[in-house]
Amino acid sequence: MLVKESIAIPALKTKLAVENVSVTFKRDGKNMPVLENINLEVRDGEFICLLGPSGCGKTTLLNAMAGFLSPTSGEIQVDGEAVRGPDSRRIFVFQERGVFPWLTVEGNIGFGLFKLPRVERERRIAHYIKMVGLDGFEKAYPHELSGGMKQRLEVARALAVDPDMLFLDEPFGALDSITRLVMRGELLRIWEAERKTIIFVTHDIDEAVQLADRVVVMSARPATIQQIVEIDVPHPRDISSPHYLELRDGIFRQIGLAHQI
Amino acid sequence: MSSTKERAARKHITNAGTALRPLVFIFALLVLWEFAARHQPAHLLPGPWETAGGIADLVRHNLLLKYIVASLFRVTWGFVLAAVLAIPLGLAIGWYRRAEMAFNPIIQILRPISPLAWIPIAILWFGVGDLAAIFLIFIGSFLPLLVTAANAARNVPDVHVNTGRNFGLGPARLLYQVLYPAVIPQLIVGLRITLGVAWLVVVAAEMIAVNSGLGFLIIDARNAGNRYDLVVAGMVIIGVIGFLLDVGMRSLERVKSFRWGYSED
Repeated sequence: MLVKESIAIPALKTKLAVENVSVTFKRDGKNMPVLENINLEVRDGEFICLLGPSGCGKTTLLNAMAGFLSPTSGEIQVDGEAVRGPDSRRIFVFQERGVFPWLTVEGNIGFGLFKLPRVERERRIAHYIKMVGLDGFEKAYPHELSGGMKQRLEVARALAVDPDMLFLDEPFGALDSITRLVMRGELLRIWEAERKTIIFVTHDIDEAVQLADRVVVMSARPATIQQIVEIDVPHPRDISSPHYLELRDGIFRQIGLAHQI
Repeated sequence: MSSTKERAARKHITNAGTALRPLVFIFALLVLWEFAARHQPAHLLPGPWETAGGIADLVRHNLLLKYIVASLFRVTWGFVLAAVLAIPLGLAIGWYRRAEMAFNPIIQILRPISPLAWIPIAILWFGVGDLAAIFLIFIGSFLPLLVTAANAARNVPDVHVNTGRNFGLGPARLLYQVLYPAVIPQLIVGLRITLGVAWLVVVAAEMIAVNSGLGFLIIDARNAGNRYDLVVAGMVIIGVIGFLLDVGMRSLERVKSFRWGYSED
């Protein structure tokens, strides 16, 4: 029992803390509140989904967490230190448009590895090409790849610098529904192997419930946190089990959608 | 196996046919031109045969190469000087929104002024000679390149810049690993179009400001003895060289790491 606890405690370490964060944009001289008093603690190695309607400010929150935007008030801390700007320990993954079109698959994955010696750089590139299943496409340019391949390439580029955290902004939004399902499986496989802390923005309720340890349900603008739902279903998840459906339907109701079409 | 080969062979023939078609067309036009020239009531235009004779005359007097080199020399200097100054300045203007707001009105006022309108000032400042012609080409190339570079820098997607910052790139690395590769395809298009403009300007500049080069050849052939065979010879050479310059610039667009900028999707 004691041993078990000593393992459990480091896993509960807070990785990221959002404290009373508000963001207000100025547009045409008017103040537009986007985020209002957000409080959130993310544990090390946790998979969090930020779920909310389009345009509600999820991406703004993600941008603030990644250091691309400083909050109007409040503070965001990573490992107890205030976030002051972007950092290569925390990589932001855009939709597939984030890959550099002028670099090959190898070039993209190696992009963040400029500080490493050549041998180590090549080892990592090879490792992550294999991990995301792009073997044989090392010399290909992004315009020669499919949407799903580009998305995997961007994830590989992020993982290659061995970050502590990944921020994913609707990463599978532009993919067809079959590829999207495959990519979710791939992401979970990678997450289980590498144990990064992942903050994943989505407006897809099923996606959130399939992936996350906890789903943070956000309201329409100005966004507040409505509810945090713990998804206590072990992976691989049976997406037709009663408990899974109960959690999912709870979120549907929370967002105000009748679960019928 | 044999069918693949056959298909490949047929494809090859089709390719050769496509390549041959413009040549056949040009040849047909030349024949038509020669025919018309021989049947004209008064000597209004030399035919291709006469023009070829004019070119041969220029070669015999060692003038052809000399004039081509003189024109290319001026274009190169004016164009390179403009590119070296306009591209960094344009990139900076496009990068910093405030700079763009400051520069844009003056750019838009200077842009409609034909480079040829600067001829009197060019002669006043630099006299009759190479410098005046180079200055005119510089003027003609500078603003188009400035505008191209500013647009290219403005169009760099934020996503790429943010990615660069996210991976910890400092300003220097951001410049040559993100900004430079992101703008290069647009810059190449701008350089190609501007080189065409520079080649137009050099002919006009040489008609007035110097006494060598292909533009000078044309005006001198007329003034010195109504040698219209030499006038048309000069025009043909200008056209062919302009075409070759464009082909050269276009080949840059086929470089693999630039090609993304020109693909349809």
